[in-house]
Amino acid sequence: MLDFPRWKVIWIWLLLLAGVAMAIPSLMPDRIASQLHLAGLPRINLGLDLSGGSHLLLEADTADLAKQNLQKMEDTIRTEMRRGDTKIAIGDISTTNGQLSFFVRDVTQLDAAVERARAQTQAAGLTGQRDWSVSVVDSTRIVMTPTQAGIDASIDDAMKTATEVVRKRIDALGTKEPTIVREGKTRILVEVPGLQHPDQLKALIGKTAKLEFKMVDMNVDSTTLTAGHAPPGDEAAPYPDASQPNAPPRFIAVNRRVILSGDDLDTASLGKDENGQPAVELKFNASGGKKFARATQENAGKQFAMLLDGSVLSAPRIDEPILGGNAQIHGSFTTDSANQLAIALRSGKLPVALKFIEERTVGPQLGAASIHAGVIASVIASVAVIVFMLVTYGRFGAYANLAVVLNIFVILAVMAILNATLTLPGIAGFVLTIGTAVDANVLINERIREERRRGRGIVQSVELGYKEASRTIFEANTVHAISGLIMLVLGSGPVKGFAVVLLIGICTSVFTAVTFTRMLTAGWIKRNRPTEIHI
Amino acid sequence: MRLLKLIPDNTNIGFVRLRAWAFGLTAILTIAAAVLVGVRGLNLGVDFVGGVMIEAHFRAPPSENALRSDIDALHVGEASLSTFGDASTYSIRLPLPQATDEGATNRLVKSVQGALTAKYPGVVFNRAETVSGKVSGELIKNGLLAVFLAVTGIAVFSWIRYEWQFGVSTFVAIFHDVLVTLGFFALTRLEFDLNIVAAVLTIIGYSINDKIVIDDRIRENMRKYRQMDMRALIDLSVNETLPRTVMTSLTILLALGALLIFGGPVLRGFTAAMMLGVVVGTYSSIYVSSSLLISLGLKPQLEAPKRKSGPAEGAERIG
Repeated sequence: MLDFPRWKVIWIWLLLLAGVAMAIPSLMPDRIASQLHLAGLPRINLGLDLSGGSHLLLEADTADLAKQNLQKMEDTIRTEMRRGDTKIAIGDISTTNGQLSFFVRDVTQLDAAVERARAQTQAAGLTGQRDWSVSVVDSTRIVMTPTQAGIDASIDDAMKTATEVVRKRIDALGTKEPTIVREGKTRILVEVPGLQHPDQLKALIGKTAKLEFKMVDMNVDSTTLTAGHAPPGDEAAPYPDASQPNAPPRFIAVNRRVILSGDDLDTASLGKDENGQPAVELKFNASGGKKFARATQENAGKQFAMLLDGSVLSAPRIDEPILGGNAQIHGSFTTDSANQLAIALRSGKLPVALKFIEERTVGPQLGAASIHAGVIASVIASVAVIVFMLVTYGRFGAYANLAVVLNIFVILAVMAILNATLTLPGIAGFVLTIGTAVDANVLINERIREERRRGRGIVQSVELGYKEASRTIFEANTVHAISGLIMLVLGSGPVKGFAVVLLIGICTSVFTAVTFTRMLTAGWIKRNRPTEIHI
Repeated sequence: MRLLKLIPDNTNIGFVRLRAWAFGLTAILTIAAAVLVGVRGLNLGVDFVGGVMIEAHFRAPPSENALRSDIDALHVGEASLSTFGDASTYSIRLPLPQATDEGATNRLVKSVQGALTAKYPGVVFNRAETVSGKVSGELIKNGLLAVFLAVTGIAVFSWIRYEWQFGVSTFVAIFHDVLVTLGFFALTRLEFDLNIVAAVLTIIGYSINDKIVIDDRIRENMRKYRQMDMRALIDLSVNETLPRTVMTSLTILLALGALLIFGGPVLRGFTAAMMLGVVVGTYSSIYVSSSLLISLGLKPQLEAPKRKSGPAEGAERIG
């Protein structure tokens, strides 16, 4: 038990020294670390509660996504049934209850219709399931229902794109080191250190940025539109008057067919119109430019509408064909809002609407004050514990203290290597870890005292003390680890930050408080062969 | 050098004899805590009820009534105010705004911050948090689940590792610790948020640590002294581990005391909960879980003797 071969001693010291070395970059202020070119070394991230900044949790509107998918399938079915030599006449198309159902006029064409509908479904997931199930009801109606696998796949797909779009938009704002990660099936977590006023960021991320160009139907009387009704083939689009933001918007009738969309854009940028007002310059890609040129040639003299997320930004008249593949959106923009729209258009539209479900902003003073207070408290706590251990256990207390100090470094090092985040409850976790690491040494030392009292020899007492206490320490740590793991898995935010420190502390403290102090004690006994120990 | 010994050698306190009193006190404490939580309720933070929270630090302590009427004048719903750490820092909680568009909560936060800045120059806003009802529901669910799983997991561990009586007594003692801590929060009206859930879980971890140490010693002594009466054996085990119990509790209280005094306002509720938990956990380790073992009929294991041995060698045999 007390026999430590030299190679083992060397290894233990090397490990501890490595731990101290790896902890050092995290202990230095940013400025000094970058001057010493240590910036590349792993460092501990500070949680938002310590660094200040904004934490936003977004959730996808899956109902909206389901509606979009249904709409898309309806459009596809309409075109597919009309395609080819044998057109299949369908009618009474409905999209209620999350299903697409339609009537096939000629019963003899039913099988062919089912065939065409099936051809529009795709494999979803790994099980070979289709994303829509096609069935026949009353031998005349075809009902298409999205399958669970199909819904999951479409959500997954949309979320991947949405996370990328959000990342692009935030990067365009030039904030430093934002964290953008997908959480669970339908959520995206955004953390931006240092950001104090998240309104601009929220406005940017919250915009779906679905840009559409549609022709305005000039023949519709505007009074019939106010109620939101539009003739078949048209839709009533709100046209807010930017100079009177609180007035109810008027409506104009636009054709349902989209002549150009955000997908046809090459880029969008901030520009100025002929009056020097901020505007958004659009540049279409090759196919977009052709589409725009054709549409403007065919519809000269008519009006078209530029719609963003369903409401009209502007509805200019086509005076002459536009062949250059460029366009400009005017409206009453400020420089900021025009720039934001340009960023949103450049990064593409969100495939699904995102809602903010959680939002936390911590001021920089609070974070700094918390770090300051946490450090002071940790230092005072450590000093108090160290003095207490020293007066209680003498030399053995000193060994325990050295172990605790090294343990703090090793925890910091492991956190840096794992790229873990230190939060305020994490600091509390540190203080508790100091306490429980000391408990291991208390257990050992009390056991040694006890064995001495029973009249055992020094070497035997120390051996028994470590052996018996180790079992208790192992059991206590197992139980601690159980609660730590549960916190890590189920906890959110602060609970997680606390659990990380706790779990790392449990592992490292076994090494420092048991193995390391045993090595020190064994070395001392071997060298000095004491006839009496003060403990 | 004379070293400090908090507990004199060969201390022998008759803990088991005090069992009836301890159970009485435990019952009163537990019932009082349950009643407090039931009647007064917990001062749940936005993490658990949803809503908007703004933490404002004023230059000088404002009058709470004036502050309340200033916020009421904005017609943003019923505000709930509580001081946070010191008298000049207030946590202002408001219900979620009626409007559901993206900017609605920002407008609400801005209007409150604007009004307060105008009325109280120099006010600093430390934090602003908005939690929707959906998220807060999940946080409650996960928090309760975490506490429940932790307690159950630990009790199952003690049951598998030792006898079933250890599992039950541990479960009861921890349940008591959690309830008393909740009672403390109901009594003081300190804000109960996610950080406090972490504190409660830590209390569970600490308290179980304490119980394992004593249980481990009881088991060791049960093997060592097969003929000893259970009461005497438990008294012996608790007394033998008493120096360690006191030493560890004092060390942790020292560390937490430093955190309570110097750790800043954000950690204060957290630390207060933990300090109380350490005291309650130590008490329940000595009086509740150990004494409960007797009531649950834990018997020395007379059968299955391994090699015959005296007490002196017994310690070496185990492990």
